[in-house]
Amino acid sequence: MNWLLVILGGAIGAPLRYLTDRAVQQRHDTVFPWGTFTVNVVGCLVLGLVTGAAVAGAASSHLQLLLGTGLCGALTTYSTFSYETLRLTEDGAKFYAAVNVVASVVAGLGAVFVGIAVAEALWA
Amino acid sequence: MGAPRSQVTQSADEAADIDPDLQLPAQRQMPLRGQWSVVGVVALGGAIGASARYGVAQIWPTAAGGFPWATLWTNAMGCAVIGVFMVVITDVWAAHQLVRPFFGTGVLGGFTTFSTYAVDVEKLVDGRAAGRGLAYLGATLLAAMAAVWLAVWMTRRVLEWRAR
Repeated sequence: MNWLLVILGGAIGAPLRYLTDRAVQQRHDTVFPWGTFTVNVVGCLVLGLVTGAAVAGAASSHLQLLLGTGLCGALTTYSTFSYETLRLTEDGAKFYAAVNVVASVVAGLGAVFVGIAVAEALWA
Repeated sequence: MGAPRSQVTQSADEAADIDPDLQLPAQRQMPLRGQWSVVGVVALGGAIGASARYGVAQIWPTAAGGFPWATLWTNAMGCAVIGVFMVVITDVWAAHQLVRPFFGTGVLGGFTTFSTYAVDVEKLVDGRAAGRGLAYLGATLLAAMAAVWLAVWMTRRVLEWRAR
């Protein structure tokens, strides 16, 4: 059962990342990887919500596996993030590479804090 | 962030994006119709990658307040593998068009995670282990960037050596 929930979440999260990346990149003709940045921050927000709900006792372990480990885990990515950052440095866009790292970490952590705070306000 | 793509010089072999149909503006404007096989293999790959990450976490559990080694290694390994994969598929292997979305976007994207990384940092900081949380934050970044850079560099050296 646990494995099925992770598999189902992963099978939804990964294509959601692909489709979001497509949609975002179609609207921004820039070198900055807005697509990956967007899915990572949104995934952090949702996992913050799930984590806060779990602490408040409002999310079962099954829901955590489906939405947290499966969906958010597959929606967000470190491999694409690091590869795109490397590509920016190789293309001579070192400033954008540094901005990508700092902005992703700061916005990702900020989204987690917001998600947990909202979950606590809703369910605690 | 507002710079158009054209300001950045891209040689042909460097123009590889992980999402295969986003390399050129014309391709990025392509309608989604006819792309459902890509979405399907990304979903399959994502399920495989997420299961593998869950398996690693089951074998190598992190105690509450402990350093999340399993997630760090998962992310670092995924970054190393994508470095090798992207050089091989860009420079030497004329793979089927579904190979990159399946393995790069699906499997490796599903295997590695940014959200668990950020939540683990928050949990450590919130659990009065702020020093450990910051160490984990920095160590993951360093390990991931070193892994992808080393993997790309070494794969290129091996391919050059083989081509001689």
